[in-house]
Amino acid sequence: MNPKTLKYILKRIVLAVFTVWIVITVTFFVMHAVPGGPFIGEKAVTPAVQKAMEAKYGLDKPLFEQYTTYLKDVLHFNFGPSLKQRGRQVVDIIGDGLKTSAKLGVIAAFLALIFGVVLGSIAALRRNTVADRIIMVLTTAFVSMPSFIMGSLLLVLFAVKLGILPANGTTSRGLILPVVTLMLSPMSHITRLTRSSMLDVLGQDYIRTAKAKGVSRMKIIFGHALKNALIPVITYFGPMLAYIVTGSLVVEQIFAVPGIGRAFVSSITNRDYTMIMGTTIILASFIVIMNLVSDILYKVVDPRINLE
Amino acid sequence: MDANNLKRMSMQVDVDDFLPASEQEKEYMVKMRPSTTAFKDGVRRLRKNKIAMISFFVIVIVTLSALFVPMFWPYKYETMLGMTPGKPMDASYKNLKPFEYSTTELKKIEEGGKVFPHIFGTDANGRDYFIRVVYGTRISLAVGFFASIIVLVIGLTIGAISGYAGGRVDMIIMRIVDIIYSLPDMLMIILLAASLKTTLEKALEGTVFAKIGTNIISLFIIFALLYWVSMARLVRGQILSLREQEYVLAARTAGAKGGWVIRKHLLPNCISVIVISTALQIPSAIFTESYLSFLGLGVNAPMPSLGSLASDALNGINSYPYRLVIPAIVISLIVLSLNLFGDGLRDAFDPKING
Repeated sequence: MNPKTLKYILKRIVLAVFTVWIVITVTFFVMHAVPGGPFIGEKAVTPAVQKAMEAKYGLDKPLFEQYTTYLKDVLHFNFGPSLKQRGRQVVDIIGDGLKTSAKLGVIAAFLALIFGVVLGSIAALRRNTVADRIIMVLTTAFVSMPSFIMGSLLLVLFAVKLGILPANGTTSRGLILPVVTLMLSPMSHITRLTRSSMLDVLGQDYIRTAKAKGVSRMKIIFGHALKNALIPVITYFGPMLAYIVTGSLVVEQIFAVPGIGRAFVSSITNRDYTMIMGTTIILASFIVIMNLVSDILYKVVDPRINLE
Repeated sequence: MDANNLKRMSMQVDVDDFLPASEQEKEYMVKMRPSTTAFKDGVRRLRKNKIAMISFFVIVIVTLSALFVPMFWPYKYETMLGMTPGKPMDASYKNLKPFEYSTTELKKIEEGGKVFPHIFGTDANGRDYFIRVVYGTRISLAVGFFASIIVLVIGLTIGAISGYAGGRVDMIIMRIVDIIYSLPDMLMIILLAASLKTTLEKALEGTVFAKIGTNIISLFIIFALLYWVSMARLVRGQILSLREQEYVLAARTAGAKGGWVIRKHLLPNCISVIVISTALQIPSAIFTESYLSFLGLGVNAPMPSLGSLASDALNGINSYPYRLVIPAIVISLIVLSLNLFGDGLRDAFDPKING
């Protein structure tokens, strides 16, 4: 790895760390702007009890000291107790949902990638045919439909009208609809991305050379064209995960999937501030890290890309 | 070799070539076709693009009906039809199917009166659903429009300054842009909308904004804080390449100041790129608004938006699926046609694509 690449990677890592720090700081100060602190909505308490509560959670200390304590806690994954679910730590609630959410997200991302690349390649190789037109029309439609609407429509169609799939996402069969809902939009993006970059690559000189040499069609497509055509798809990796994370908030809500997303949405509705803070920080850091990975991967994979 | 060439080879001059051209000849030579400006040229290309033109008409029709239909429609978006002061609630108005009438209305029709039909039926509170969809479209379009104006103004100003000033100013602005760019926007909006409700509510009390609701204000705040970065990057890139052009040098030699050069020379030249990305910003804002509405962080009730209509419809989805399908189709139609029209604009006006 040359020093220029290394410098770029270091710069990106510093930027990512800085971004996460900003997320934490913004979260802290926004929550602090909530009148009455995070304990609003509790039963009316006497001033003495209020004081005791503030002392217990360190809210009587100066702002800067609270901030440093908070930073330290966050770095130890200590987000404090949930305000609405008595006796449970925020980090435990998130940990409980993580398994389901991760399964949902990983499967959706994986399927989006596979179907996107396959459909995109088909569209590019069969350019201006009926297959290409159908793929382009469908992907355009999927891109312009918000995920919650897609989810609701699928729910009505497959669970309510046809009754062939469960509406409830608690079983693994029940995860089919949420996965499909989550993957359609990223799949469409990848399809369009693959199509355009595949068309670009197929017009290059080295493909013509390969054809002239008599290399078989299959070998040209898989050995020469696809490899280079997939590089731009890497750039979509980060945004795709961000989409899946935010999309899963609503999708888990629609299909009652017991994941982080549903816990987050219900914490918004019942104003569970510590939970909102914890989840925001975790999800935001995840997105930032994934963007970092996809950026670095992109530059490392393609030596032609200018680092500046 | 033909006779003509033979003559040239022999260095003999054809005197006919030097006769003054007749008026007819001049007209034929000069007026090949009427002269055109870059703008006219773009419009011509745009009008040839069938998909873009269809999208354009869809946008115009949807916008006009969102603006004007509420003016003459006999029902209001917030009126619960069964409610008359001092009388018991008339439950027959609730949950009407499309083109159904309540018992009161049926009686009136029997007596020979005329009742305006409920094209999309009514909702669970007895409100005419058609006018709610129209009003929701109006709100969603307005949110999209104002959000992109905010993005445009802030992004344009900062991008222009950064690109024109260069040096240290540029570096600092670009580092800030880098950081903001990597913040997860959606989560930040949720955080702000969820936590600033009470604070903002107090600040907004009594102003026009109170009706729109604090959530939409948070959405605007976030757009103002976060979404300008891609616009700023775009403008900066344009300015950086444009400011090296000779005409800028000429203007500065003639004594033009920075602001003048930016306004008169640089901005007009990157206006097409800016307009296009502003147009593409509108659907993204509409998307965000509908997403927030779904999470219960959208417009304040009883004000409808397309997102809140769709999310309200989820409760009665088994019996009244059309209540979800209608706003879903409208959102998708708006977003789709704005995207397609934006693409068409780019194809028609972006000089880089035209080569």
